[in-house]
This record gives sequence, C-alpha cells and structure tokens, in this order.
Amino acid sequence: MDTLRNRVAIAGVGETEYSRASGRSEARLSLEAILHALDDAGLKPQDVDGLMRWSVDTTSEAEIASNLGVKDLAWFGEVNQAGNVGAALVAHASAAIATGLAQCIVIYRGVNGRSGRRYGRGEVTGRRGQGAAAFTEPFGLLTPQHQLAMVARRRMHEFGTTSRQFGWVAVSEREHANRNPRATFYETPLTIDDHQNGRFIVDPFRLNDCCLETDGGGALVLVSTERARDLKKPPALVRAAAQAGPGDRGFVDTAAVSLGPRLWSQAGVAPDEIDVAQIYDHFAPYVIFALEDYGFVARGEGGPFVEAGGIRWDGGMLPVNTSGGHLSEAYLQGMNQLIECVRQVRGESTSQVADAHLSFCDTGIGTGAVILERDV
Amino acid sequence: MSARPGFPLPVPSEDSAPFWEFLQQGELRLQRCLDCATLAHPPRLMCARCGSFERDWAPVSGRGTVYSYVVTRQAVHPSFEGHTPYATVIVELAEGPHLTSNLVDVAVDDIEIGMPVEVVLVAVSDEVTLPLFRRA
Repeated sequence: MDTLRNRVAIAGVGETEYSRASGRSEARLSLEAILHALDDAGLKPQDVDGLMRWSVDTTSEAEIASNLGVKDLAWFGEVNQAGNVGAALVAHASAAIATGLAQCIVIYRGVNGRSGRRYGRGEVTGRRGQGAAAFTEPFGLLTPQHQLAMVARRRMHEFGTTSRQFGWVAVSEREHANRNPRATFYETPLTIDDHQNGRFIVDPFRLNDCCLETDGGGALVLVSTERARDLKKPPALVRAAAQAGPGDRGFVDTAAVSLGPRLWSQAGVAPDEIDVAQIYDHFAPYVIFALEDYGFVARGEGGPFVEAGGIRWDGGMLPVNTSGGHLSEAYLQGMNQLIECVRQVRGESTSQVADAHLSFCDTGIGTGAVILERDV
Repeated sequence: MSARPGFPLPVPSEDSAPFWEFLQQGELRLQRCLDCATLAHPPRLMCARCGSFERDWAPVSGRGTVYSYVVTRQAVHPSFEGHTPYATVIVELAEGPHLTSNLVDVAVDDIEIGMPVEVVLVAVSDEVTLPLFRRA
C-alpha cells in the first residue's frame, strides 16, 4: 500500500504579528496569514482549491473562499476536538492531495485568544454543566487546564516528575523565544527561580507552566511534492502524518501512546532519528509527558532529560519548541509550531538546528503529529 | 438557588437523569450493564465492553481513595472570585469507577493521593444533590 511518504509538501507558511489585542476580526487575521503563506510559496489565491480548519475556528471556509476569490473549492473540511488538531489537519490535507482530490490546500487558524473569548476562563470549552461536563464542572473542574492538571498530578505521583522539572521546560523554551523577534517573550528572560516562585494557577500548574493567550493568525499551504519543487521556497516534505482520538487508554496515558507507534511505523524512522521537535505545550509538563509517551525517552526519564538541558537549542540532544512554543512565542494552537517545524527543515529558524533533516511536530500530545523532511 | 455560588449545577440528560434522581433519594448508584455487569461512569448509551444496550443502576459502597486532585488557587473565571482556593478530586471507588468530586472538611493542603474517603450526599439546591466525599 502506498503511504504518504514524501508525496506531499508544505510549500508555504505565514502568520500575522502575535499580540494581546489584534484590533481586527478573526476572519481578517486568517486572510492576512493566508496571503502571507501564499506569497511565501509563490502562489496566488486563485491557485487554492482546498481549505481546512479547526472546528473551533470561527471563520467558515465559505467566508474565506469568497474573500480570497477561490474559483472552485474542491476540498474542505474541519477536524473536531479543541485546539489540538493542527497536525491532524495536515494528515487530512496530505491524504487529499496524495489521492488527487485537491491540488492546493490551505490550512488556516485565526483567533483573538486574548482580546476575545479566552480558553483559560472556560469561555470556549465551558459547557455549563451539560453532557459529560455535568460530572466535572459542578465540582469546579472547568477548563482544559483543570483536566490536564489532574493527569499531571497523577503522573507526578507515579513517575516522580517534579514542578522544578516542569520549570526547565519553561526556561528552555524562553531561551528560544529570547532569540525570536516574533515571540511574545522576545528578549524577556526567565529563570528557574522565577518559575518556582510563580504563583499556582491550578496547582500543580504554576503561572509559567501555562501557555499564553494570543491574538493572531497563521496558515500553511500544501501541494504535491512535484509541484512544490517548482515553487519559491524549499519544500518541507510530509514524511508521515497521523491523528488519534479517544481510545481505551489508561488515566495517565496521553494519545501519543496510541499515535506514536503508528507514526513511527508510517515514517519508517525511530524517535532517536528526529533532529528537532515542536511539542504542544499548552502546559509545560506535557512536553515531558509527550517525550515519554512518544518514546523519545522512557517513562519517568522525561523530567531528568529536560533538567539536564536535553530540549535546549544550545547543546540539547533534542531541541524542542525552538520558536518559544505556546509558552513563550504565541498560542496559536499548534499553528505556530507547525510553521516552526517547516522553518527548521528550510533552515530559517531563529534557533536553527544545524543540518535539521527530520523535523517532528506534535499538536496535542498525540491527537495529531507530523514528521517533515528536508528535500535533498 | 445554589449553595455553591460560581459552580455550575449539573444539567441531567436522558441518560444521566437516574444518576441524579437516585442522589436526590439519598443513594449513590452507577450505571451497570445487565449482560456483563460492567459499571460505567459517566453513563453511556451502550456497554463499551460487550456492546449491550441493557443496563440498570447498581448501588455502590461510596468508599474509595483519592486517585488524583488539583487545587484551583487563582479564579480562572470572574464568577469564582472569592471562592478560591478549592480542591477538585478524582475518587477511585472500591468498585473501580472514577468520580470527580470535592472533599468536605479537608483542608486543600492536607489532601494526598491514596487518602481513604467515603461519600457524603450534599443537597446544593432544591433539585440537585451532589456526591461529595469526606475522609474515611
């Protein structure tokens, strides 16, 4: 059976500025980002025949298509869960291009995550005691961070991971953001003591364990690899892409336990062959949990790995979240990490890993992941 | 009017209504598959183990241990101003299923994973009784 193996490429990436108050609509942010991404690829809006989005994105593909001047929208769709579907969208779009259902698909995300509805307050995901939330929200378990903190506490108990180790994730990512002029925390240092002295939000999560809330837009352009080779920028080949939904897993297991083996098998590579990784850091400890559940390190070894500098660009064995991630660059729900994943194989990162060949991006601790490869 | 300002009250669905009705009558019961006796919580449309749609509501001991917990120390929403810190726990019942809940009469800094607890039913409005837990 044919696999995706490098038949499709990400040919263009683009974003708006990241801010606390964009002063414009989410639709406008997406459109601006799409134009940047098309320009990056050397394509025009009229070349687009596919649009894909997060289900939680507020701008329909029809609104994007009519504004953009799309001639014939041959492929559109969305992936439903929450913010954690970016790489899953890359999997869907890649499958559509590889099978000829569409020629040029744009994936977009535009969000006023700080000045508009705020995830951190449960304004997007809160369900007011309805459905399954009837069994959680009445007890004060209101937001994604509450649910994730519950798993984090249990993992600390089972595997000995510490708050200080969470802190080394935040500090490592901040070092990367300090070199990235796009980042919210550009040139704004963070020390391990700053992290440890930070107040608890939802204990065990301290302030600097929590991601930013950001206004901004981002977009990716996908075409066949053959076509991408004739475009402006070096293609980022989709070596493998996969998603995972709910499953019969243990309480502490992230979806990476399910997705990981499928991704490595599809890609034909092992975790130790990855040169650089972007990992969905809605909360810092989840970088540690992802490293463990994807098999980069064994259970219980993720904390010591980050504490020893393992994810730092400067000397780390596996640099992670090299743009600053969701903690220190921006929270565009995986979009900014997918963009950074592309920049690493192009050699365009502000924390460029030398000779980055295989670039990994998880956008939800197992809900979706891609491995991109440099074209040689 | 809720006795717990800020905290949403549960909205029963067709499938979960008996759970809340039994609590109003003073009993903690969980959905049980009539074919394979598997307990399910939250309630489901069908048994994920054997595929049966047939179920009843089985009384459970109400005893268990704290499996995990979080402490909300900063109000995540303005409606919680003045109501922090509070702890939310997951209790692993002796019968196996997990229940999300709160502890009564335990300071948030005294909570530990593995702590034995037992259910205490607390009416929070005329229509709603919640299964909370206390140190056993």
